[in-house]
Amino acid sequence: MSETAALNMQDIPQRQLPEHLELQRTRVFCKADAPAHISKKVMGSTACYVDVQKESKLATDDLKDLITEDVEYSGGYAGIGFDNSLQVDDFRRDFKVEIKNLSMDVIEFDMIGIDASLANAFRRIMIAEVPTMAIEKVLIVNNTSVMADEILSHRLGLLPIEADPRLFDFLSENDTPNERNTIVFKMEVHCKRRGPRLAVKSDQLKWLPNGSELLMESPNPSTKPRRFTSFSCSQASLPQISGRPIGMKHLDIIITQLGPGQSIELEAHAVKGTGKVHAKWSPVGTTWYRMLPEVKLLKEVKGNDAEKLVKKCPKKVFDLEDVGHAMKKAVVSKPRDCTLCRECVGGAGEENIALRRVRDHFIFTVESTGALPAEVVFTEAVKILEEKCERVISELS
Amino acid sequence: MGYREKDSVETHNNLAKPIKSAVDKFALLPEFLKVRGLVKQHIDSFNYFINNDIKKIIKTNDRIVIPQVPSLYLRYTKISIGKPVEYLEHHAEELNPHMCRLSDRTYASPIKVDIEYTRPNQTNKEYKKDLVIGRMPIMLRSSSCVLSGKDEAELAKLGECPLDPGGYFIIKGNEKVILIQEQLSKNRIIIDTDSKGRVNASVTSSTHETKTKTVFFIDKDKIYLQLNQFSKPISIMIIMKAMGMENDQEVMQMLGRDPKYGFLLLPSMQECRSEKIITQKQALEYLQGKLANLSSLRFEINKDDRVKKILTNVFLAHVPVKDGNFRPKCIYTAVMLKRMMDAVLNVETFDDKDYVGNKRLELSGQLVALLFEDLFKTMNSQVASRMEKAYDKASRSTPLDFIHYMMSDTITNGLERAISTGNWDLKRFKMNRKGVSQVLSRLAFIATLGYMTRVSPQFEKTRKVSGPRALQPSQCGKLGVVDVEDLSGEELHAPDSFLKFANAMRKLRRKSVIGEFVSIFVHERQDGVRSFDDFVREGLIEYLDVNEENNALIALYEHEIPKDGHDEDNADVQKSSITHIEIEPFTILGVVAGLIPYPHHNQSPRNTYQCAMGKQAMGNIAYNQAYTLLYLLVYPQRPLLTTRTIELVGYDKLGAGQNATVAVMSYSGYDIEDAIVMNKSSLDRGQIVVKEIYSNETSDRIVRPQNEPRKQALDADGIAAPGQIVRRHDILVNKQSPRNKRDRITNPMALKDWYTSFLIDYAPSNVSYKGPEGETTVVDRVMLYSDKDNKMCVKFIIRHIGDKFSSRHGQKGVIGTIVQQEDFPFSEEGICPDLIMNPHGFPRYYKPNNFLQIFFFFFICSLFSSLHYRPSPNF
Repeated sequence: MSETAALNMQDIPQRQLPEHLELQRTRVFCKADAPAHISKKVMGSTACYVDVQKESKLATDDLKDLITEDVEYSGGYAGIGFDNSLQVDDFRRDFKVEIKNLSMDVIEFDMIGIDASLANAFRRIMIAEVPTMAIEKVLIVNNTSVMADEILSHRLGLLPIEADPRLFDFLSENDTPNERNTIVFKMEVHCKRRGPRLAVKSDQLKWLPNGSELLMESPNPSTKPRRFTSFSCSQASLPQISGRPIGMKHLDIIITQLGPGQSIELEAHAVKGTGKVHAKWSPVGTTWYRMLPEVKLLKEVKGNDAEKLVKKCPKKVFDLEDVGHAMKKAVVSKPRDCTLCRECVGGAGEENIALRRVRDHFIFTVESTGALPAEVVFTEAVKILEEKCERVISELS
Repeated sequence: MGYREKDSVETHNNLAKPIKSAVDKFALLPEFLKVRGLVKQHIDSFNYFINNDIKKIIKTNDRIVIPQVPSLYLRYTKISIGKPVEYLEHHAEELNPHMCRLSDRTYASPIKVDIEYTRPNQTNKEYKKDLVIGRMPIMLRSSSCVLSGKDEAELAKLGECPLDPGGYFIIKGNEKVILIQEQLSKNRIIIDTDSKGRVNASVTSSTHETKTKTVFFIDKDKIYLQLNQFSKPISIMIIMKAMGMENDQEVMQMLGRDPKYGFLLLPSMQECRSEKIITQKQALEYLQGKLANLSSLRFEINKDDRVKKILTNVFLAHVPVKDGNFRPKCIYTAVMLKRMMDAVLNVETFDDKDYVGNKRLELSGQLVALLFEDLFKTMNSQVASRMEKAYDKASRSTPLDFIHYMMSDTITNGLERAISTGNWDLKRFKMNRKGVSQVLSRLAFIATLGYMTRVSPQFEKTRKVSGPRALQPSQCGKLGVVDVEDLSGEELHAPDSFLKFANAMRKLRRKSVIGEFVSIFVHERQDGVRSFDDFVREGLIEYLDVNEENNALIALYEHEIPKDGHDEDNADVQKSSITHIEIEPFTILGVVAGLIPYPHHNQSPRNTYQCAMGKQAMGNIAYNQAYTLLYLLVYPQRPLLTTRTIELVGYDKLGAGQNATVAVMSYSGYDIEDAIVMNKSSLDRGQIVVKEIYSNETSDRIVRPQNEPRKQALDADGIAAPGQIVRRHDILVNKQSPRNKRDRITNPMALKDWYTSFLIDYAPSNVSYKGPEGETTVVDRVMLYSDKDNKMCVKFIIRHIGDKFSSRHGQKGVIGTIVQQEDFPFSEEGICPDLIMNPHGFPRYYKPNNFLQIFFFFFICSLFSSLHYRPSPNF
């Protein structure tokens, strides 16, 4: 396109960026070599002016190697009359959560219209700050297995417990363990002297709703010996718990193996905690998000090229469509499955495909360990973030 | 008939069809290891000693004669070494290795001999069977060991790890390896220059009777013989004459017709003439005058005989003299002279002492044999001198009997002392070596294996000589060249590369059939029963030593064999000139270096570093663990990417590491994700307590604790219980010793009543834990046993948790920081790495494409789990 003098330039509509700038604002671009954020931390309007003047050619070709930063500044496009700031009303109107997939342990949902910083906050909270119950203290009465006490205890700690952590309090250092903050399990396994080896599985841990059965050794024999916990009533009688007895989430996790004649007798005390302290309290195996991939065919890809393209993609994002006359063209059938591996833009035909990510559309996956249902993990995370925000507000006011 | 013909033609075509590569070649290697094994050289040499060598030693020294009374003698008729047992007071206890390790005993068998002997003034011979003359330490897994031929379950019953290679001894509870000693070859002419710059030819003769050294040297153009038995060097021509070669011309002709040799010999001839020695008789007389006054020659009565004896038994002792025929010796002398003269004429014919072909590896069996021979002779002379003394004594209450003077201590103690200290001090053989045996390192399984295959070179480490330290081209394929530990020991890798795959081979090649391998391999499948030994017997597989290697051209890969016609890549190699093909190229590396995947893609020092570090790898050491210090990994894993070597040595069954998900990115340094990944090492420490029994029938006792401080770890039996937490100064055994250990107690019953005797008779002699302050440790295991004096012993294994950590593949890593999972990067699929490596840490010496290939391989191999590393010809 021929160059246009600044004075002869056409007017730019307000509140609407030209297409290439709108893409630059809302998308991440992926080229064959690496994802490139084709935009600039635009300082005032001058750069924009240059951009507009030189059209998208310059922006995409010349600047892409130089600039990889985002336009986050609210006045980034002010020079052309565009307000890049976030409005609460807009957020309210545009923000959406769509559940795509929900099973016992896994939830996949889309969170649309939110900034990456908030999405990441949810991820971090789910991993590290949503509390669960996990075995923290193991009282070993007898352990003649080959596994050392501390390793056995460590393995017990990692078992997910099916107990709603919202019903329990944190056990702080000065607290005595009681029915509100401690869950007690007991395990007594013995392998017969004559017989095969015995696999000790998690179902061997039995819930003791009345608390510990072991007596503390007291220095003075005359006083009545105390137990390790002081429950005022049975946990089973608590209204919240009575319906759903507490136990292990999975009953078939192998803890250790016992040889003939070996036995284990122990009591395990589970308390409430967060993943920040130890990964055993994390309610999720992992949780992560990715931005929604956007795959666009810029030109029509037909015949051999189309078949090649379909083959190239490991995730089967493209499909063939009949266009008559025994011709087939490639269409993007499952853009969501794209992992942005960039196989399709490598080699010949690179210019036919645009690979982008939508900057404010997050696909979240939460894989729960089972201690809490996956969807509850997320709602808990929202509550925790809310609490934090309120704390900040109350501190400020 | 026609049908058959067609069939056979087809089969023939099928057989003659060229195949691209002999893929199954590798299958020979496990077979080879079955026959030879990694530490088999040790075991075989010891077996040879036990089964053959010891009999020869006995045979050559089978008589003890009292010189004064020739009728009084003792003769050994048979020797045998039984299974390891220990004779206690009333019964024989069968030993097994693990028992010896625990109770600090020596794993040894009695040496039994059958003897016949005479008594003074009696004509008939006395016979005695199975007389024990000492105890022989037994090498584990040798033919005399209780472990030989046992399967895995039986080994487990004996407390033995099935993966343990054996090949070492247990002396007083310590595992000792006799290192392979590298030595100059025996019975081989070595041409060299001595410290004065004289040309020097030496032969170390070694036979069962004697071990001597003969040196020829050239001084001022004359050639001399140096022999300890003569007081000064003797001109070589005199020796020739003394051996019956009176004619100078004959000597000349033996050297060769070239007049150059004549000129070089002339000065020696002239010297001989000037001494006026022409006949054999004159020469012998001359030699008599030069005899050194050596004590060992004192007994010889006839001087003339002495010279002849020296010439027969000392001078070039390995060349036999039959019926006084010195001819072979003369020829050998002439050969030596000729080699010397060649060296004078052409400097290149000097021998290189470091050349592997001029060296022999001396194995445990030979070393123990030397030791035994020395001790056996010592014992015999002791018996003789004792008998002599006793005979001289006029009054005897009992009749003189050899049996009374056979003492078993000499051999038992001598063997034990030498193997446990490593000092081979054998005056008889002029041998004084230190550090021959070493304690077997048990810190890692690979370290143990590495020890067993190490070669100790024969030169003083203090000497600043570069020659022996430098790598010799001839070592390639014989000694592992990568793993040279601070240049003092070299690893002997499995001698598998001693064998090359004989290329079927010459005969077929002459017919220019291309697929020589085909017929062999198809054939193998047809019978399916041919063993490795059969291949060797049929000449399909050959063992080549360094010297023979010089006459062979060995291809590493089939594709290196040029095709018929002209191959541009290998234009300098003719197909017909290749004689052998290596069974597996990776056998060039030893055990330790064999653990590295893709070593040929590594920068070479990385491989060397990895060799040192592989030995430090934590993991399981063996199935049985009772060593004083050991490191264990809580969750060892089998590597996803293995090498053939790892599988061959069984390392994948033990595991010494974990497979980690690694992200290569610049983050905050070298980072590690989770406590689970880190939670690993335990360091265990052993302590020994001995319950003494004193001479006055009192004994130590271990009593029940009474709620005292520092005794919380103790059980009711007074010994710390497994699983108890112990801190520094905590008491492990509540032991008490009697105050009075000497005087006889009138009423031993008083001791039993410990309430009354508690303060009176006993003083506490507790054993406490002496670990570091502030660390919490746990009693892992308590082992009770009785030692060889039937004293009760208690051993503790004490465990504490460490957090030492290192990364793999020749790159040491330090934990820079530990980062929470939520702060870690994650991938599109949600994968969170276990650790992050900084890309700046990678060696910069790679070409980028090499670099990528390596990563590609790692990637592939981790995807498809147990892929084998196999160098592809294209890379």
